[in-house]
Amino acid sequence: MKVTIQDLTKKFPGRGRKAAEEVTAVNHFNVEIPDGKLVGLLGPSGCGKSTVLNLMCGLLKPTEGRIFFGDEDVTNLEPEKREVGMVFQNYALYPHLTVLQNILFPLQNRKGPERLTKAEMREKAEEAARLVQIDGLLDRKPGELSGGQQQRVAIARALVKMPRILLMDEPLSNLDARLRLQTREEIRRIQRETGITTIFVTHDQEEAMSISDVIIVMKDGEIQQIGKPQEVYDAPRNLFVAKFLGTPPINTFSGSVRGGKLFIGENAVLEQKGIPDQDVTVGIRPEGFLPSPQGALVCGLDRVEVMGRDVSVVCTHPACQNPVIRAIVSAESQTDPDAAEVRFDLKPNKVFLFHNKTEERIL
Amino acid sequence: MEKKNLKGWLYLLPAVLFLGIFMVYPLIDVLIYSVEEGYNFASQTYTGTGLRNYSYVLRDPYFLQALKNTFLLVVITVPLSTGLSLLISLGLSSIRPLRELFQTVFFLPYVTNTLAVGLVFMILFKKTAYTDGFINLILSWFGMTPIDFIDGPYAAKMFVLCLYTIWVVMPFKILILTSALASVNQTYYNAAKIDGTSGLRIFFRLTLPMISPTLVYLIITGFIGAFKAYSDAVALFGTNLNAAGMNTIVGYVYDMLYGNSGGYPSYASAAAILLFAIVLTITCINLLVSRKHVHYFS
Repeated sequence: MKVTIQDLTKKFPGRGRKAAEEVTAVNHFNVEIPDGKLVGLLGPSGCGKSTVLNLMCGLLKPTEGRIFFGDEDVTNLEPEKREVGMVFQNYALYPHLTVLQNILFPLQNRKGPERLTKAEMREKAEEAARLVQIDGLLDRKPGELSGGQQQRVAIARALVKMPRILLMDEPLSNLDARLRLQTREEIRRIQRETGITTIFVTHDQEEAMSISDVIIVMKDGEIQQIGKPQEVYDAPRNLFVAKFLGTPPINTFSGSVRGGKLFIGENAVLEQKGIPDQDVTVGIRPEGFLPSPQGALVCGLDRVEVMGRDVSVVCTHPACQNPVIRAIVSAESQTDPDAAEVRFDLKPNKVFLFHNKTEERIL
Repeated sequence: MEKKNLKGWLYLLPAVLFLGIFMVYPLIDVLIYSVEEGYNFASQTYTGTGLRNYSYVLRDPYFLQALKNTFLLVVITVPLSTGLSLLISLGLSSIRPLRELFQTVFFLPYVTNTLAVGLVFMILFKKTAYTDGFINLILSWFGMTPIDFIDGPYAAKMFVLCLYTIWVVMPFKILILTSALASVNQTYYNAAKIDGTSGLRIFFRLTLPMISPTLVYLIITGFIGAFKAYSDAVALFGTNLNAAGMNTIVGYVYDMLYGNSGGYPSYASAAAILLFAIVLTITCINLLVSRKHVHYFS
């Protein structure tokens, strides 16, 4: 099901002493989500991404704007009529019901001609349980399951009624690191198998980048950028997006363009034609550094961290805005850990220039 | 290890002493009194031991009347007060404005003196030479003949007693149930809403199981409390409850000890032991029944 969101805005009334001030959680949100895609809604905590999800499922009513599922306007539809499946951050499994009863619950809510027979319901529930691979646990209570298993039950319960769209609120945040890796593959697989348009919220950029078809980066209730993960990573629209995506994070420098050359501090690092002279903020991805004895960027070497295939060179530069620069280089480059300084050439496609005031990307 | 043991017992000593002196010893004493036949208060002598006190009490029409009154009171007031409290708590938790005001209003009876409440009920129900009482005034507007609720027919008196009891016990139940309802995580309701669950089904399949431990606690303590009713009847019908035909089991025990016809600790003890046996049985049945339907969560 294609989802179209037009000009969606949600304002919450202020509380207590600030009662007069409204809080804008979502600000003129526009997006078109193609059918059958897995979409990651990404942003730091408090940026309004969960609010967007709650607006889509109908638990919140928007202040302005419209939401369409396919061609149907669902903006004023009650949650129960929207036919969405939702996986909550804490799973919200009913603790007094068994796994099977939990999965059956949405089916048993149906009335009239839509209501299935008991055998059909059970078959559907078992099918959903098989899909998420918990068919051996049907008689357990949620309290007797691990976090990962509970997560699967929650997904099965959301999927059993074949929702038009599936929404997940921070689906992996309650799992440990290892299980998180495993479960995100699982979410990807389940989404592929069912083909249901899925939107999941996360503050973990790695999680969003690794499994999404499309990511939507949000900040302060506004969309910063929409696109395929690789596109957004390779061509961030502004400094925020550049900083938010990627581990280790991008290195930023105060720099300037003078006479067709990009300067970082006193080092002229790259040819930069076609840009008027100005001060800029320079972002360099960790993989954009090439160690070279005659390199243009001269940095003080702090330490070298060996990670096997790659080496992380930690160094300093007076113009750097972060405490240290982190460069990921190939282990074959053989950086001398005892040297006082290290020099780099830069890969032009890993270097971004941002306007100092607007923080929009220049190049 | 030995020393540790000693320390443990030392910590328990105050509680053990108090419970021993004020609970265990009197309990055993009551049991002994109840089997001493022909006990004389003045000389503190008795003629023999046996179960004759029990058979006397069980054949005493006043006791049987008290037994009947108490059972009626329990059977009528416990379900009604619990059910009504649940309805009111549900109402309270679903409104936003004025909730605090309503909570305070509903809690007022709890902090009001029993006898003061009795006085209010007198004004509402008692028929005197000057007035038929407020309720009768209302009844007369609908063309009904005035009923004497305090000195009149049994059913009318029982009605007032039950009404009074329900009114007195509800505030506590409402308080407990409101907080139980508030402690149910809102996401369960959100999840149910998205899945299109009807309000009735949410109540029976989610809310009720989630608050079932609280509900069972209220029902069991409600039963016990109602079986021990006494002061409510006194507040409405005065101290001569036997004459009013509105005595309760605890009232009967009191009368046998200190009342006008009192001075029979053996009969009083036998009645008290009988009450204990009844309450114990009912509580056990309650626990057995509830075990199937209560859900405890960690």
